[in-house]
Amino acid sequence: MKLKKPLLYYNKHIDRFINKIRITKNKYSGEKNLDIIKITNLTKKFDKITAVEKVSFVVKKGEVFGFLGPNGAGKTTTIKMLTTLLNPTEGTATIAGYDIIKQRNQVRKNIGIVFQEPAIDTDLTGEENLEYHARMYGMNKDERKKRIEEILDLVDLQEKRKVLVKNYSGGMKRRLEIARGLMHYPTVLFLDEPTLGLDAQTRRAIWEYIKKMNKEGQTTIFLTTHYMDEADYLCDRVGIIDHGKILILDDISNLKNSVGRDVITLACDDLNKLRNKLEEKNWISKIKQHETTLTLGVEKGDEKIPIIIEIAQKINVKIKSISVRKPTLDDVFLSYTGRTIRDDEQKNNLGNSMPPRSRGGHH
Amino acid sequence: MKTAELQAIYVMWIRQMKKFVRSKSRIVVTIVQPLFFLFILGAGFSSISMPGLGENVEFIHFFAPGIVAMSILFSSMFAGISVLWDKQFGFLQEVLVAPVSRISIIIGRTLGGATTALIQGFIILFIAIGIGTPISGVTGFILTIIFMILISFSAVGFGLILASKMQDFQSFPIIMNLIIMPLLFLSSAFFPVSENETLLTIAYFNPLFYMVDGLRGSMLGIDNSVIQNPLLSLGIVSTICIVMLLIGSYLFSKSEA
Repeated sequence: MKLKKPLLYYNKHIDRFINKIRITKNKYSGEKNLDIIKITNLTKKFDKITAVEKVSFVVKKGEVFGFLGPNGAGKTTTIKMLTTLLNPTEGTATIAGYDIIKQRNQVRKNIGIVFQEPAIDTDLTGEENLEYHARMYGMNKDERKKRIEEILDLVDLQEKRKVLVKNYSGGMKRRLEIARGLMHYPTVLFLDEPTLGLDAQTRRAIWEYIKKMNKEGQTTIFLTTHYMDEADYLCDRVGIIDHGKILILDDISNLKNSVGRDVITLACDDLNKLRNKLEEKNWISKIKQHETTLTLGVEKGDEKIPIIIEIAQKINVKIKSISVRKPTLDDVFLSYTGRTIRDDEQKNNLGNSMPPRSRGGHH
Repeated sequence: MKTAELQAIYVMWIRQMKKFVRSKSRIVVTIVQPLFFLFILGAGFSSISMPGLGENVEFIHFFAPGIVAMSILFSSMFAGISVLWDKQFGFLQEVLVAPVSRISIIIGRTLGGATTALIQGFIILFIAIGIGTPISGVTGFILTIIFMILISFSAVGFGLILASKMQDFQSFPIIMNLIIMPLLFLSSAFFPVSENETLLTIAYFNPLFYMVDGLRGSMLGIDNSVIQNPLLSLGIVSTICIVMLLIGSYLFSKSEA
């Protein structure tokens, strides 16, 4: 792993790279279209299961859009339809003005994709993977040569360019895939769980690439993730999808405000009693009861703590703990899906740890 | 044709060539295995007088075209099926989202698979000639090459069909052992089928029979083949080839990653 260098080191590369893009950008970006992705009633059914149901929304040019949801919510299926890999059962979408069903080739020219599972040929070198990609996107020899240099600098893989990809580490493979997705100057870059299975340091570095790419290269980024911190750090707007349906879609700041300016979490010996009492107070914008805690959405949370303690004392409820914090996307997710994304993961992990035999009969 | 399409064909071709050259073990196995067949089986059977060989034809010379056909068949089929690897390792998605038609991808893959298989086929062929297998003449040699190419393309097509119908490699040994091996035994690759009425009747329904018989007729001379009309075998094998490629490409183009 060559990622021990400080982030500044990468930023230097990125800046240089971005400047080059800025110059070449106009040639590739096509007409100015504010709604770069427009999705209308997109639906996908597999046999009897509806993986994606009547999804409609738009992604604006130049934004980082996050598509959030637990595993199996329909994120990857949506991406596969948008990238022309799957045919929708109903509905359609346009990317950069081109229809994903009728104008596949135009759509394909305008998008770059980093798949959830690695999709590189491990028997080829990093450079060969980039070279072949560029050829298939119709780039000529000079363009290819120039772009490969730029992009290898960007992801810091110059030294490994002649090494077979099967000898790369997980982080290096991911960087190569992001590099490949950007090779042909896509208008929209799709990232399906871009940091899944990477260590914290590599994740950070990849976040920086994504952010810079978007800000200065003006590439619209559509990413799916089930890491709330990732979405929080990268995205301008997010959509939450669960069981194939969009639950909510808004700016991150609006979503957080909808939960309340501050979130108070408290534990006490009689949740129901305290809850009933607190529900009378109009300064609490939202109350949610969980197994052992209550969460309250309020303004100026630190001033409300003494008030709440006072109320509890009056009705003889003993507060065990109380804390105030700024809302996170986890709170948003919790308030719209009724569970945290971690609950889901735990459930999934439990499912996976079962002996394989007892899970048989699926196929 | 647009340059991107030609580029796609080239990429799919060169990729297979590079992978082929880099996998030393695969080259060794695919060349050594038919040579084992040729020399060990050839030596073993040469001491037995086998009816149906034709006059002055040694068993090993009769056997040579069969082994050339076998090696081309196996490696072409494998090249076709290797689409399944790409599917399992995700690379197929990368190819399918590129702005090129699937036809170009299929053409490139087929050419790549056929090239690697033919390289192996020619190595076996030259070794066979080296040990004294007679060649019937210039026309015969050209026909031999044409048959080798047709066999190769048919088998790549068949491999593509299998790849789009199979989900993983588990069923591969079953198909090899229960379908390909019996067809190969009944193709006259290993022994003449002309002396046994039942075998011969079954052979007429076996596509591999026309390939092996046609190849043998071209190499050793028309007297050594069952079907005495080279144009007829050529016509039949070409038809098989076209049908296999059409079905294979159709199924591949319909497959979703």
